[in-house]
Amino acid sequence: MFPNASRFRDPKLTEKITRHIKRLAPSYTIKICHVCGTHEWTITHFGLRSLLPQNVDVIAGPGCPVCVIPAAEIDAAVKLALEGVTITCFGDVLRVPGSELSLMDAKARGGDVRVVYGVGNAVRMAKQETNREFVFFAIGFETTAPSTAVEILKKPPSNLSFLITHRLIPPAMELLLGIGDLQIDGFIAPGHVSTIIGTEPYRIFPEAYGMPTVIAGFEPLDVLFAVSMILQQLKEGKPKLENEYKRAVTAEGNVKAQKLMQQAFKTVAAEWRGLGRLPDSGLALREEYEKYDAKKRYDIRTEKARDLLPGCQCHLIMIGKIKPDQCSLFMKECAPESPKGPCMVSVEGTCRIWAKHSGRG
Amino acid sequence: MCLAVPAKIVEISGDLAKVDFGSGVLREVNIMLLEEAKKGDYVLVHAGYAIQLLNEEEAEETLRLWKEFLEKVEIVGVDEEEEHEN
Repeated sequence: MFPNASRFRDPKLTEKITRHIKRLAPSYTIKICHVCGTHEWTITHFGLRSLLPQNVDVIAGPGCPVCVIPAAEIDAAVKLALEGVTITCFGDVLRVPGSELSLMDAKARGGDVRVVYGVGNAVRMAKQETNREFVFFAIGFETTAPSTAVEILKKPPSNLSFLITHRLIPPAMELLLGIGDLQIDGFIAPGHVSTIIGTEPYRIFPEAYGMPTVIAGFEPLDVLFAVSMILQQLKEGKPKLENEYKRAVTAEGNVKAQKLMQQAFKTVAAEWRGLGRLPDSGLALREEYEKYDAKKRYDIRTEKARDLLPGCQCHLIMIGKIKPDQCSLFMKECAPESPKGPCMVSVEGTCRIWAKHSGRG
Repeated sequence: MCLAVPAKIVEISGDLAKVDFGSGVLREVNIMLLEEAKKGDYVLVHAGYAIQLLNEEEAEETLRLWKEFLEKVEIVGVDEEEEHEN
């Protein structure tokens, strides 16, 4: 355990920062957006919303990597699994609905779908079972993409290929600012994505959009201080980029990880479930590594897919436009044991987190 | 998915390290994403890969600054603090 982790949950400091936030809060409504499922978990689990003044609203943006996987990618993995290819994936992906089936359904129909802790496990399995074809379902943001890059650059076994569905966070934040009626007043930027990309990719938000932006860690005090820093910036009318998570995030980020990502991937326009196609928001393998691209190896054509089941409002929940309890399916037709949309599947999905903690936190 | 857990490196063997997540929970993780990592370092582990070193001094400094700041605003309040700074 990091020696001082518990001190970032100090009740006395929490009480004081909460009092300070109340003093700083303006009389009008402020909307602060985070873009990380782990931030939503911290906020909900520790009941931080209940500590904030009612007019300081913290909303969740598209920060759940599992939730943003388009149904077409799930369909591709399901198809491969039913054709006899072994699919390796993170546990969270298993129950994400495709157009018709999830990978769990494919498994129930005899497909070989295996949950792994990371891409390294998939490489080991492929090396051990040379008579089988393996695909690693490579999802996740900048936090996860470097590990995929490591294994691609190490020349994986020839019976392993990759379904690359990595997405990038800053373009998604920019999308939110283009939604006129969302009216965000500040960003809490995701700490673990930032350990890789550093602070600079966020500079555009205060400088081009006038948006206070604070990179934050994941303990309760990290989030509360980030809120107070944003309120202070708003009070002064001086939007800037600040890094609250200095114990893990440096200005330059993880330069080695960035280099490995650049070697393995190129940036491309990519689909986000329910949100459409965003420019420069996804990663694809560079030409020299295309032989590891599962879509090319198995000639997978992206077909028309159904991202949302009728009534599912995940596309609005993922941009913070509505809260889970404003969706008519929430905890009725859609619950953790019978999820209708991806936000109720993933442990980082806003609906799943709210369901588990019985509300907004 | 973007969850990353702090752990302490107890042993290094090539690209792999044995790390302690606390209470004796040991696990092997890949350290190829770090420029340099040594025994005793704290790292953030995500999906089996150490993605960044944790800086103990920065953690202490953050806590110290927070305490100092909150003690000050508790005494002088928000507006007075601004005047004081100006």
